[in-house]
Order: sequence, then C-alpha cells, then structure tokens
Amino acid sequence: MSYDSQIEEFHHVQTAHCENGVTTALLRHNGLDFMTEPLAFGMGSGLFYIQIPFLTVNNGPAISFRTMPGAIFKRTCKSLGVDVKSKKFGSPESAEEFLNKKISEHVPVGCQVGVFHLTYFPKEYRFHFNAHNIIVYGKEDGRYLLSDPTMEDVTSLSVEELNKVRFAKGTFAPKGHIYYPENVGIVSDEMIRKGIVKGIRRNVRDMLHIPGSFAGVDGIRYTSNNIRKWRDKLGLKKAGLFLGQIVRMQEEIGTGGGGFRFLYGAFLEEAAAYLQDDRLIGISEEFTKSGDMWRGSAIQMAGVYKGRLTEQQSFDEIADRLLEIRSVEKEAFLKLSKLNLGK
Amino acid sequence: MKKEDLPQDPGALANFTREVCYVKNQEGKYETALSEGWDVKKEALDNAWVDVKERIEEARQAVINGEKSPVYYFMELRLMDIPLLSGYTGFLGFFVKRHFKPSIFKGLGDNKLKKYADAFDITLDELKNFKG
Repeated sequence: MSYDSQIEEFHHVQTAHCENGVTTALLRHNGLDFMTEPLAFGMGSGLFYIQIPFLTVNNGPAISFRTMPGAIFKRTCKSLGVDVKSKKFGSPESAEEFLNKKISEHVPVGCQVGVFHLTYFPKEYRFHFNAHNIIVYGKEDGRYLLSDPTMEDVTSLSVEELNKVRFAKGTFAPKGHIYYPENVGIVSDEMIRKGIVKGIRRNVRDMLHIPGSFAGVDGIRYTSNNIRKWRDKLGLKKAGLFLGQIVRMQEEIGTGGGGFRFLYGAFLEEAAAYLQDDRLIGISEEFTKSGDMWRGSAIQMAGVYKGRLTEQQSFDEIADRLLEIRSVEKEAFLKLSKLNLGK
Repeated sequence: MKKEDLPQDPGALANFTREVCYVKNQEGKYETALSEGWDVKKEALDNAWVDVKERIEEARQAVINGEKSPVYYFMELRLMDIPLLSGYTGFLGFFVKRHFKPSIFKGLGDNKLKKYADAFDITLDELKNFKG
C-alpha cells in the first residue's frame, strides 16, 4: 500500500511541552531550521495564568500556567506567514482516512489526543486530559509511527489505539483533530523579529490587561486568596490535594519547570539576540526569578500535602509568596510593555 | 534554576522518559537538560492516586451495601465523572445519575448496558455481575 511508508526525513524533537514540540518539529520539517521550543512558545504568547472560578478538574482547582490549547501553533505559524490546515471529524473512519491520505503524501501531521487511553504512557499519568499533542509521521506493519515531543524517543500505536485516543471524550474532546502547516515560504529575519515583538505584546496584554480578576497576573492573586481559605473550608486533607494539583500543573512533565516561566526566560534570551536588545536579558532574569519562586512555593505546598505543615500560618505564608510572585511578574510585564519594541 | 540544582528523583516516568527542563548553565545562559523527576511533584501525584483509590474503594463498598450500581463503581474506577461518562455513552447526565440506583440498573436492557461496558472497557458480563 502506498501509505505503508514512513516519512523518511522526519526528525523527532524532544521538548518540554507537547504543543511547542509539534510546532517546532513540523516547522523545522518544512525547512524553518531556526525554530526552537522557546521561540515557538514566545511567538505564540504561551505564558499565562488562570484559575477558572468554581470549576474543579480531577477533584482539584482548574488552573493553567499556559495559554489555550492550540493557540501556540496557530499564532506562531501565522506570524511566520505559514498557513495552518486544521480539521476535525464526525467519525473515526473519516479521521483515519484523512490521516492515511496525508501519510501517503509524506506529510507529517499534528494530532490532538486524550491521554487516558494512551497505552505507551505510564499508568500514573493517564488521567482524562484531552489536550495532548503528537506527530504522526508514518505507518509501518499496520502501526502508526509517532513522535511524542515529551519523550526521548519515537514510539508507535496500533490503528485501534490511535483511533481511540483521537476520539477521547470530555473537555477539549479532540474529535480527530489533525493539523499541519502548509505553504511554508521563505522566512526573513525581519519576519522573525516582527513575530517576536507581536508575541511579546500579546503576552503583555494577556497577563496585564485581561478583564476579570482570575486570569493574568491578577489570577495569581485570586488563587492566593483562595489558598488562605482552603484549610478551614476544605479541611487539611482536601486542601493538600488542591495544593498538589497546583504543583502538578506547574511542575509536571511538559512545563519545563517553574510553571513555564523558565521557558519564557529562555525565549526572552533568544529574543534579545534576534532584536539585538540587551534589555531583554535583564527581563529574562526576572522570569527566572519568578520560576524559582514558583518552585520555592511548590516545596512549601509539599510540606502541607506531606502532612508536615498543618497550621493556618503555613497557608498564609504560601498565599503571601504567591502575592510576591504576582508582583515580580507584573513588574516584568510592565517593563516589557515599556520597551516600545519594534517602534 | 541552575543546571546543577536540577533534581534527578526517579518517579512514575522512570521507564518512560526523562523530561526536558530549562536551566541556567555556568555562563548564566539558558539550555535544556533532562530530569528524571522531582520528589516534590512525585508526592503530589502519589497523593492524587491515594485519593483516587480511596474513592474507588468507597464506591465498591457502596455497591456491596446495595446503595450504588456497578455503573457508579466503574465510573470511579475509570477516573470518570458524570459529564465524561455522558460523553462516552451518549446518555444525558440525568439518566446516568438514575443508573447509579441499583433498582433502576437492574431493569436496564443489554443495549444500554453495552454502552456502559464499552465506555469502561469491560465485558457486558463483568458489568452485570459485579458484586463489589
């Protein structure tokens, strides 16, 4: 069969986060060799903070340290003048047919999948989370060849296994979502610089000027206020689980450490080189500081869920530390907004 | 985070992969490094699983005591909630809730039960004959 072949030149790229990884690897495959994970993350304005009020996910607070799933790929491609092809399907059959067609055309594609049925993942990581991203780059002996960017090596899934994860149900249900860049032209340094500036501006907007009190830097204060009440409201055990959920969202595989803050620091360092603007190095340091502070707060939170810290004072200290982090990030984004980049 | 401070505490990822982290090298520049894990987050994950297992055990007891149907137990076993189970079966949440009642569960036909069994990756018999 014509599609029983792998896309020969595809190179697996291991990254911290799956969507950054798919973006980086697919753009590189299309000739944009300069693409790196921090650049994709920054141009896609990936840094964020939100706690969605009154919503719990897996019996913990609904918190994210990054932007909406799918946004980074779209924004980064758009900035570089690359068309994004994206499709969802009504049935696994039509989704499979389209995937086979792309493979037969030697086009590696991004696929959104749920991790609960992802057989190669460790069992402990298989929760119902549907915004994982992988690249399908070939088919051999009835198995799809996959590049999961969070892994050191490539892997594979049977047809049934891949169909199942592409049609996982629940929040962010993938519905067979497949996406890939098209019409990748020549990208000039000027376009990269513009993309960087645009990415930074949009990130400033999202973190400083988003309406409401539960997203952007103010979202960190919202969580801080919550944490103060958790001990009395939820009891020590549940409060510990809630804090554990924050730590996992912040530090688990995919974040690069420190709730994506180190990744953003790395982006600003690259941005400084592209824009020849050393002021960005200084601001990069502030995100490193913020990432370190998030990790410090994780250690304190661990004290609670390990049962070592039980007093309200500890909850207040954690809450206070989050307020300090908010100040550091607010300052850093204010500085970014005042740079007048690209003017 | 400095490169030399990157934790290497093996956890659930041990036989799967090491993870990419962004760290500062000796020249103060960012680079990537691979980590085996970090105890602080391992404890958080372990804790979450202790909680999941407790919920499953409670659900099992509820089935034994005749308070809940096997649908409820398997929902917990598969880490699902009502909206998610609703997504996999196509039944509205209101009906899923009704099917938690042992008396109503008993009256369900094989067609409906099959949808639950498929959602839980078990056989029809396993679902029907689960006693706790």
